[in-house]
Amino acid sequence: MSHSEAIVPGKQDSADLPLVVGGHVLASRLIVGTGKYATYEEMARCLEVSGTDCVTVAVRRERLVNTAGENILDHLDASRYALLPNTAGCYSAADAVRVARLGRELLRDMGSRSSEWVKLEVLGDTKTLLPDPVGTLTATEQLVADGFAVLVYTSDDPVIARRLKDLGAASVMPAGSPIGSGQGLLNPNNLRICLEYLKDGDPTYPVIVDAGVGTASDVAEVMELGADGVLLNTAIAHAQDPVRMAGAMRAACLAGRLAFLAGRIPRRLYATASSPDEGRIARPS
Amino acid sequence: MGGTNGINAPDTLTVTVNGGAESTPVGSSLHDLIEALGFAGRPIAVEVNGDVIPRARFAGRHLVGGEQIEIVTFVGGG
Repeated sequence: MSHSEAIVPGKQDSADLPLVVGGHVLASRLIVGTGKYATYEEMARCLEVSGTDCVTVAVRRERLVNTAGENILDHLDASRYALLPNTAGCYSAADAVRVARLGRELLRDMGSRSSEWVKLEVLGDTKTLLPDPVGTLTATEQLVADGFAVLVYTSDDPVIARRLKDLGAASVMPAGSPIGSGQGLLNPNNLRICLEYLKDGDPTYPVIVDAGVGTASDVAEVMELGADGVLLNTAIAHAQDPVRMAGAMRAACLAGRLAFLAGRIPRRLYATASSPDEGRIARPS
Repeated sequence: MGGTNGINAPDTLTVTVNGGAESTPVGSSLHDLIEALGFAGRPIAVEVNGDVIPRARFAGRHLVGGEQIEIVTFVGGG
């Protein structure tokens, strides 16, 4: 295949392998959350424009009143999007394991193709929403033993990242910055080390940056560094024009991936001319 | 309120559903409770006393006073 055949603008590089995580083959490397949209219609439009084929959902108590109200599943085509339940809002390993099992049961009841996976979050406190590393390790171990493919939200700490992989996590998902903060990738060097450690001898091990994206360049940066995917929610849902931002995120994810595969030039301190030195016209004498 | 059988009429029992007390006739199954709450046919998952109960077992799972029941669904989240 020629290089020009491999690269079709607006599409995934056909020479690239798809993202495989937890036994699921994802055509898009963008995973999009379903929270915080003004309406379900806007959410559905954003998901469509983003090009994603995997979306996260949360597990919450069914309302005992107004049960005739709409359910998010009325607006999510489960044959089009793989639903990835999260354990958001859990502050202990025990709670996260319970929520993961309830999410799995919801998916099983729907006959979903993605019933055995979970986005694990065990949070440390409500102000930062940073992960509790001890609880995260404990819950990962229990959920792996229970047969889950665990996609685990964690900090950008390379040592914890490696411990989570060693426990059998299907994907380690370091945060770029705190959830919903829009600060982007605060520590690219830690992400580089995470990628090096997690992919050592295992280059297809999926590393997905989860949380902190503010705008499209954050997605491109993460993908250029070699992350396998990006998970985001607020950056689209709370943009001034969410549908347009969904398109920007799609383009950025594709651009960043292409740039990673293409291999960037090294940074140099001094200039190198692009036009030839030879053949310049003579100065008048 | 609070799930003690003593305050109920003799033919009802009280369970806790999503944090609130619900009365249901003695002998009710989980299926009966879910029907009475209007959740039949809705996308839900159910946990009784910390254990997930698959839908196929709702009808055979008879309720006892004081049980803690969680009924959940999917909502938007990141």
